[in-house]
Amino acid sequence: MIKLIAKRFLSALPSLIGVIIVTFVISHSLPGDPAAYFAGPSATAESIAETKARLGLDQPLPVQFVAYVGDLMQGDLGRSFNSGQPVLTDLIRRLPASFELTLYALVFAIVVAVPLGLWAAVNPGSWIDHLCRGTVTAAAAFPSFFTALVLIFVFYYKLGWAPSPIGRLAIYFPLPPTITGFFTIDALIAGDFATARAALGQLILPAISLGLFALAPLARMTRASMIGVLGSDFITTAKAGGLPRRTILWTYGFRNALLPVVNILGMIFSFLLGANVLIEQVFGWPGIGSYAVEAVLTSDYAAIQGFVVMMAILYILLNLGVDILNMIVDPRVRYDD
Amino acid sequence: MTDQIAHPEPSRLANIWSGFAHAMKSNPLTAFAMALFLLFVIAAVLGETIAPYDPLASTGATLQPPSWAHPFGTDQLGRDVLSRTIVAARVDFGIAIAAVSISFLLGLGLGAAAGYYGGWTDRIVGRMVDTIMAFPLFVLAMGVVAALGNTVWNIVYATAIINLPFYIRFARAEVNSRRDAGFVEAARLSGNGSVRILAVHLVPNILPPMMVQVSLNLGWAILNAAGLSFIGLGVRPPTPEWGIMVSEGANYIFSGEWWIFFFPGMALVLAVFCFNLLGDGLRDIIDPKGRT
Repeated sequence: MIKLIAKRFLSALPSLIGVIIVTFVISHSLPGDPAAYFAGPSATAESIAETKARLGLDQPLPVQFVAYVGDLMQGDLGRSFNSGQPVLTDLIRRLPASFELTLYALVFAIVVAVPLGLWAAVNPGSWIDHLCRGTVTAAAAFPSFFTALVLIFVFYYKLGWAPSPIGRLAIYFPLPPTITGFFTIDALIAGDFATARAALGQLILPAISLGLFALAPLARMTRASMIGVLGSDFITTAKAGGLPRRTILWTYGFRNALLPVVNILGMIFSFLLGANVLIEQVFGWPGIGSYAVEAVLTSDYAAIQGFVVMMAILYILLNLGVDILNMIVDPRVRYDD
Repeated sequence: MTDQIAHPEPSRLANIWSGFAHAMKSNPLTAFAMALFLLFVIAAVLGETIAPYDPLASTGATLQPPSWAHPFGTDQLGRDVLSRTIVAARVDFGIAIAAVSISFLLGLGLGAAAGYYGGWTDRIVGRMVDTIMAFPLFVLAMGVVAALGNTVWNIVYATAIINLPFYIRFARAEVNSRRDAGFVEAARLSGNGSVRILAVHLVPNILPPMMVQVSLNLGWAILNAAGLSFIGLGVRPPTPEWGIMVSEGANYIFSGEWWIFFFPGMALVLAVFCFNLLGDGLRDIIDPKGRT
């Protein structure tokens, strides 16, 4: 088992190298001369050349690449032009906000999509099945940023149920002491229920808009996988053996149908991380997505590069985690090549 | 080959047509999607000609709610939202179709070569796919646009790049499963070269399932392009484009002027919905067993 996991880990390395090369190319083809940028507006030709030498930009590209990889190994992603802080510090400070949002969105999507898919699979061809198909197709067509705006208009402007859709916590609530970085959990740990409630309130609309996006693939996968499992021989055997329907559906069907669903969670998470960028923009959410948008719009190249590298590494690790989980859950999964 | 496409035998054309008609009749949703698609195509082609007002000029009355004169209302500069929504179809469809065409052609070529030759070709192409897939795709698209520069064509390239892996994988798998089939062996024995076998014998066989992919993908490409312009990349105001219009309208939600963001957003939803339904319908025609 350990050997298998190590093998799977090694197989992620080429992707990682690929990611590092791509981000290096991206950051070195960004428009504008970063040396002129860093030297400031009053720079002369000499001071630009000097900055260039200091940043190592006068070196040939392969040398720069080696220096870049060396920096990455030490966790040095450069300094953001906008905030003046090291990019890594910025990203780590903002990461919990994005994670909290993405996690709530994922939970929402799973809680809605899995029962919907199961329900449709148990009654294929019925109105429930059609309803499931219709809802899922419609949800897949809504761009997350548009859903977000519709929800804000209805629940904040019209009905007044949702709090002002800006940021993670209204200004008159005290910030909970940082333990996990998740406001809802930190506030609960501190015993401040009013703040926890408020933080949750801020989360609901963005999490739903983000989660709706993941609904379609999850529900489709659940339905298809459950139908496949219910049609297999061991279910027929279980039926012939006279096992109660509950046992057949839950113990035999559901647990086996869940495997492919767990499998695509990695892909879903990638979806959500991407869509996060848009949702954070709409809700003024202080996560890494809105940081990246600002960086892209102001050509803050170290920040963009750091963001892309970190997202890609996170994503690779996540897929690795999902695969390892799969190997543990399903003994049939093997990575031979 | 091109001759065959240009002049199919009448019986084959009739076959396709009867299959098409049958699919339309048996699935009213597909027929609805087809009608919707035609509507969008008309809007994209005719654009300014059928728009009731000039999409770029103010009509004088700003922030008017929907009325008979302005069914979708007017925006903060007094421009007619209906006219802008119609004209925007060309930009959005143009970006999506251009991007999907590029990734289709490139993906078909690379994927088919990887599946047919195997070995190093396969390994290099496979690594390329893995690298692209290692990024959250929307994030990669943002990075590409940031690197290449903030223009409409770069949105097209970025969207094409993030769609590429799906076509490569698909074409590779389809070609790989057929490369030792009887008809390929026969072609090889009768002295056809690899390139000719690929182009004449294999690619035509995998085109139908790939078209399903294209249709499903177009919707996704539109979402992506609109998302990029929503955050301020690519298309710039005052060009009418659905993503930008939604982002401009977003500021007016808090004063209750919902129509500015709502109608272009709904156009986006309908366009994506239409492509997804068409893709499903197309699959029913091409591969009736593949329904899930």
